[in-house]
Amino acid sequence: MTRHTDDDSGAANGANETDGPDEPDRATGDDRDGSGTPSPGVPAAGRDEQPSIFVPDDGEVSGASGSAERPATDGGVESATGGSESAELDPDAYDPVDVFPGGDLDLREGADSCYKCTSCDTSCPVAEVDEEFPGPKFQGPEQWRLKRKDDHDIDESISSCSNCMRCDDACPSSVPLSQMHNEARGQFVDEQMEKLSVEYVRNRILANYHTSAQLASVFPRTASFVMNFGPVRWAMEKTMGIPKERDFPEFATETFREWWQARGGAQVENPDKRVAYFHGCYSNYNTPEVGKAMVNVYEHFGYEVMVPPQKCSGTPMFANGMLKDARRHAETNVENLIEAIGEGADVIASCTSCSMSLRQEYPELFDIHGIDDVSEHTYEALEYLRINEDLENELAGTKLADEQSFAYHAPCHARNQGLSRQAVETFRDVDGVTMEDVGDSCSGISGTYGWKEEKYEKSMKIGEEMFEHMEDAEGDVGMTECPTCAMQMEHGTGYEIKHPLQLLEETVAA
Amino acid sequence: MAINSEVLVVGGGLAAITAAISASREGADVRLVSHKASTLRQASGLIDALGYVPATEPAKPLREGPPTAGRELDRDEWPDPEGPLADPFEGIDRLPETHPYRIVGADALREGLDLFDELAGDAYRGSHTDHNALVPTFGGSVKPTARYPAAAEAGLASDDRPTLIVGFRSLTEYDARAFAGRLEAAGVPFDVAGAEVEFAEAFRADTKVTRLAKALDHDEAIDGVPAREALAKAVAPHLHDVVDEAGGVDRVERVGFPAFLGDERGDEVRAALADRLGAHVFEIPMGPPSLPGLRLEDRLYDALDAEGVRFETGNPVVGIETESDGRIETVAVDRKGRETPYGADAFVLATGGLVGKGLDSDREGVREPVFDLHVEQPGDRYEWFVDDAFGDQPYARFGVRPDERGRPLDGDGEAQYANVFAAGGVVGGADVAREKSASGVSLATGLVAGRQAATEATQ
Repeated sequence: MTRHTDDDSGAANGANETDGPDEPDRATGDDRDGSGTPSPGVPAAGRDEQPSIFVPDDGEVSGASGSAERPATDGGVESATGGSESAELDPDAYDPVDVFPGGDLDLREGADSCYKCTSCDTSCPVAEVDEEFPGPKFQGPEQWRLKRKDDHDIDESISSCSNCMRCDDACPSSVPLSQMHNEARGQFVDEQMEKLSVEYVRNRILANYHTSAQLASVFPRTASFVMNFGPVRWAMEKTMGIPKERDFPEFATETFREWWQARGGAQVENPDKRVAYFHGCYSNYNTPEVGKAMVNVYEHFGYEVMVPPQKCSGTPMFANGMLKDARRHAETNVENLIEAIGEGADVIASCTSCSMSLRQEYPELFDIHGIDDVSEHTYEALEYLRINEDLENELAGTKLADEQSFAYHAPCHARNQGLSRQAVETFRDVDGVTMEDVGDSCSGISGTYGWKEEKYEKSMKIGEEMFEHMEDAEGDVGMTECPTCAMQMEHGTGYEIKHPLQLLEETVAA
Repeated sequence: MAINSEVLVVGGGLAAITAAISASREGADVRLVSHKASTLRQASGLIDALGYVPATEPAKPLREGPPTAGRELDRDEWPDPEGPLADPFEGIDRLPETHPYRIVGADALREGLDLFDELAGDAYRGSHTDHNALVPTFGGSVKPTARYPAAAEAGLASDDRPTLIVGFRSLTEYDARAFAGRLEAAGVPFDVAGAEVEFAEAFRADTKVTRLAKALDHDEAIDGVPAREALAKAVAPHLHDVVDEAGGVDRVERVGFPAFLGDERGDEVRAALADRLGAHVFEIPMGPPSLPGLRLEDRLYDALDAEGVRFETGNPVVGIETESDGRIETVAVDRKGRETPYGADAFVLATGGLVGKGLDSDREGVREPVFDLHVEQPGDRYEWFVDDAFGDQPYARFGVRPDERGRPLDGDGEAQYANVFAAGGVVGGADVAREKSASGVSLATGLVAGRQAATEATQ
């Protein structure tokens, strides 16, 4: 495979994915899927460079045709061999009988661990507002068992799961609920969803935000205007099911990668302290100030920051059951991140859903060479500093110039990584900062979930508790690590929303 | 570099929170790490101290020879437990010497309850007396308990006001009429009737209790009628269902509902219903998933926050990372595949028992997985249990055995580590299910472990 690990592909990626091969070595493409010669009008692309939208390649829609293509999920790395294949089988021990025909993803052990305490159901923000949603216990272990005999379709309610993953955190038996949901959702979309339906196309576009954002960032001002222009939004709701109540995020006039290139890359060189920044789509196209804060803060602490080529972390694709898209992007990400790790870097994400995806969903769903190493070397930005630097000491005695109270919301995906309190604890003792936790409710947007017309009301109903708590809080500036939670917080309260890295930049790196 | 604190509490339930706050009040800088969301959501929300003193000797001697599960001949026979106890403190002396109450003392229980009263504030009742209250639970039994949610107050079984128990067909785990029948059979001093009403029928049969609570919290319209009004209207026709011994009809003075009357605004919901029904309204504690447990969890974590304790959930402590001179220096926290050291001067282990997974077991034995502490157990696993399901099951008392400071002992009776303390379900010696003592043991051992850990850390 031809992958560039230098930092030249921010723009090149975009060009490749849309049209016009401008790099000959990529355009010829390695065609591992055996999808044949590129058709006229469809850009020839490498394995990692397939166009994401509207142009199904051979492997794309043929789920039922029985072709010998590679499955989108191939078991992840740990559960690839499960059950009776285990090499450590103790002959004296109970010998598990394979009651169910094995799949690619052996989730039996997880299903067997469920003792139906229903903790997952009580933690589910969707079940709390929608009595028609049967809850994570059904979507996970129960549906998995039903499916063993192949004569049941996946229940369509799986598309009401928002992939907030709170059930993972609630389960006292470590049942891999979100992994089961991801698998079921992928199967539902692959086998049961009409590929020409408005819903599928809409979901595909939402899931591939990376691609839309690339396009938009070519003409950011125009895109920001058009996307929020009344008649356009009316048409989008009518034709695509994208709720007109939502404001599309502004596209930055200079993306993070453009800024990074313009400043000449890293300003600190330090072979002993290297981090590879996984900025994700949002910090690149919409909030480059978060990415810049990351760079400034890390350079302040003497880190050499690398910005490897990268694609979407896959979070929106998992949530929409687009596992093949996610896999394609994962291959690129793993390949580039593993190279950075080889150069001594740890991977740092500023978005908690990106770090969640690289750490947990990647090794759970894909068996890609090096994916375990990526998982083990990935951290959230503030988390990494708290582990490796004496942040407490650094912050002691600092002062925020203009006193400010923040209403902090912990994203659901931060919760699962043990990070739900870090912002509150980090800034608690900084002079001039009041950090108020607005509680453990879900913001309700869950990435692309709240961007669907049929889910909009549900999304706002879930968010209601957070909005109320934000308004009860002293501060009128919100804070969170997750870009879509930030969207929802702004949408529900009108507050300006910041990322903890921005506050850290103001306090220690200013 | 390790993430440091003076005291590190491992666990997220009642014992862990009690230990963390107790340590913090001794001036220590405390961090709490819990693998998963707190298991308080599986708890009934009742705070029991000691309801029964079960016999530890069978009525007839145990059979000779190796016991076999399911063998029908010569069943072990056990006398009934003593109780329900009117006063939990009075029963402590009759517990076995290895019971945690005997080790940490009755004062620890008393102080633990005092601390709980302070943290729970007006959400709980029962602090006015040492005596147990008798609270009907959803199985139809009456449980002796030291503290109970304010929401359950009007339902006490010692009260003689006529009572209506309300159920819903869609709430399958709970049958109001059977419940009322069982209360009657238990000889409660009040007239009682059960009625199944149509309210939750607007929702599908497996609707989560959190959904029902949310609908009542926000008074959402159900088929056009606000939820609280709809519920009151459904119940109103049954207010004269109770028939007394003489065949006369009484208007009920209190109405009991399964515990889903709101989450954040429960007080408001109960008041609105009481107003419309002209009767007191109470909740009946349920099995998991339990809203009273969730409400208690919220309240106690708010208390942790107010106390300045740092806490995180989502990653497990998987073992000891470094130790020297019989003291643990750092433990390893598994952060999604990468182990991060957490350092402290003293550690409190409050990870729960066999159900909470603070103890791990297989055919070879029972282990404490975090610190690999000594867990006393018969070598032959057929001696872990007795045939009588309700007998004195040895496994029920499995756990670490602490000294009077709460430090787990090794096989020779010495403290295994100078700076490790244990609290709650991981501590053995109590048969909490039969004694009705789980919360009290957590409060008493949590208080001692927290204080001692702080002393160890700050001296």
